[in-house]
Amino acid sequence: MSAPLVRFEGVTKRFGELAAVDDVSLDIAEGEFFALLGPSGCGKTTLMRMLAGFEAPDEGRILLNGEDIAGLPPHRRPSSMMFQSYALFPHLDVEKNVAFGLVQQGWARAAIGPRVEEMLSLVRLEGLNRRKPDQLSGGQRQRVALARALAPGPKILLLDEPLAALDRKLREDTQLELRALQRRLGLTFMIVTHDQDEAMVVADRIAVMRVGGVAQMGPPREVYERPASRYVAQFLGEANLFPDDAGWRLVRPEKMAISAAEVAGATAGVVAEIAYLGDRTRYVVLAQGQKLLISRANVGPPLPLRLGDAAWVSHAPDAAVSLAS
Amino acid sequence: MKRPWLAALAPYLWLVVFFAFPFLLVAKLSLSHTVLAMPPYAPQLDLSQGHAGLTHFVHQLTFETYVRLATDRLYLTAYLSSLKFAGVATAILLAIGYPIAYGMSRFGPAARQGLLMAVILPFWTSFLIRIYAWIAILKPAGLLNQALAVFHIGTIRLLNTDAAVVLGLVYAYLPFMVLPLYAVLEKQDESLIEAARDLGCTATGAFWRVTFPLSIPGVAAGALLCFIPMVGEFVIPDLLGGSGTLMLGRTIWTEFFADRDWPAASAVAIVLLATLVIPIVLFQRQQAKVLS
Repeated sequence: MSAPLVRFEGVTKRFGELAAVDDVSLDIAEGEFFALLGPSGCGKTTLMRMLAGFEAPDEGRILLNGEDIAGLPPHRRPSSMMFQSYALFPHLDVEKNVAFGLVQQGWARAAIGPRVEEMLSLVRLEGLNRRKPDQLSGGQRQRVALARALAPGPKILLLDEPLAALDRKLREDTQLELRALQRRLGLTFMIVTHDQDEAMVVADRIAVMRVGGVAQMGPPREVYERPASRYVAQFLGEANLFPDDAGWRLVRPEKMAISAAEVAGATAGVVAEIAYLGDRTRYVVLAQGQKLLISRANVGPPLPLRLGDAAWVSHAPDAAVSLAS
Repeated sequence: MKRPWLAALAPYLWLVVFFAFPFLLVAKLSLSHTVLAMPPYAPQLDLSQGHAGLTHFVHQLTFETYVRLATDRLYLTAYLSSLKFAGVATAILLAIGYPIAYGMSRFGPAARQGLLMAVILPFWTSFLIRIYAWIAILKPAGLLNQALAVFHIGTIRLLNTDAAVVLGLVYAYLPFMVLPLYAVLEKQDESLIEAARDLGCTATGAFWRVTFPLSIPGVAAGALLCFIPMVGEFVIPDLLGGSGTLMLGRTIWTEFFADRDWPAASAVAIVLLATLVIPIVLFQRQQAKVLS
């Protein structure tokens, strides 16, 4: 494996007594879309802000292309950040916002115009050059912020909850666009998000964080299918957890089968909840004092199950994953 | 509410009673001429004579006071001098007030409350007493010169000079500069500065390219809020200024009380108001823009 673009080495950051980031080490490869996923307050934003230069680590090193960037102030770091609030300059129009970083880098006047146009067409905002941020929709503002961050040609783009302010439909579309954009540019992206779906849609690799540190790191499929701990299993998607001798066994709801008729070897229970979600139906079955979640794709005819009915729940032996902790 | 127009009427009623009516009285006075009588001007409107009285009254009104104002260089000098005092004081207020407001806005919410309190605190003492306190500080044997004597530095004469007037103006109007500046700076989103830093600005660069341009409404509000009343200021030049300190407030006072030339005093006041209409309209526009 070639040397990573970014390397966090034993990085710790404390705010007073609390260690927001506690001895975190991780590598991000060139051209990778890397996600920091975790609940609010887990230190994921702090980790990103240390890379951007807005916070300094108390311990450890951050390397970019193998060089320690501790001494570099934010304006001399080759990273660009897209802020959760977008942080568009309200006194400048779209064009001047996008050109801001280019002017700071001392680009020639003649080169700035074409570069701004290039960025605006990249995010499909042509023709809005003279609009002020308050004359744009939320989705357009998000695009301006993206264009502004990309314009100076950063080595890595940092996205801090970039889609949190968009409504659901737009957010889902934009996730796919972001992913496509990253592939097209071949640029390294690092996203901070609390939304597991978002992380799974966009990222090559996800670092699932719990307070202060990384709980598990890997491609979306791996962290979802083979979580290392109960914490990861429950943070990423829904989980049925069964205690066993070694610790816990995990079965994801979509790997559970439910039947209205008795099935040999299946667990009997009572339907406590039915939620019709269009593409699938979600059942909660009370069996042996445990709430079991079952997600059933709405492919064939619906099951003749109603609240309070008896139901039989089972799963294939290989659907279960053992968790050590 | 059943009759919302009643509530809307209140401010207009206020304007009519406390602005329009007195203004008309002053305007009328400025068109009168002085007489040795009580009251010391003529004509008087005598409505008991009906229409003839009114016609007689209107015919007696005269612009001669304004002509005198335009021809006597003393008035022009007083106007220019007032504008200069107010202009210089406004510039100094900005130079002092901006760093104060900026510094305040950088503190945490709890500390900010305390600092805001400190800015407003002087209002708890009478304005007049505070200006008198400056006399005690600036007079030849006052606190300032006593302090200088301790360090064996010669005495300086400040009281009754133009410098003392500027000092007094700056001191008295500082809160009116700091508060509107603080209001815009405090609202500013910290992430804008971070975005500017991220895009290649030094801390100083981010201030000049983002913080300052975004604070222009506060700069305009503060400057106009100080400049407009300072042009007509009377107490400060009267108590701290010298005999040569020319400001309109004093001119009006002298005309009115010393010379008993009520028409001249009124005409000076009217011209002052006319001069200030431009900055007042600017201020109104600025406020309207901020509100929208």
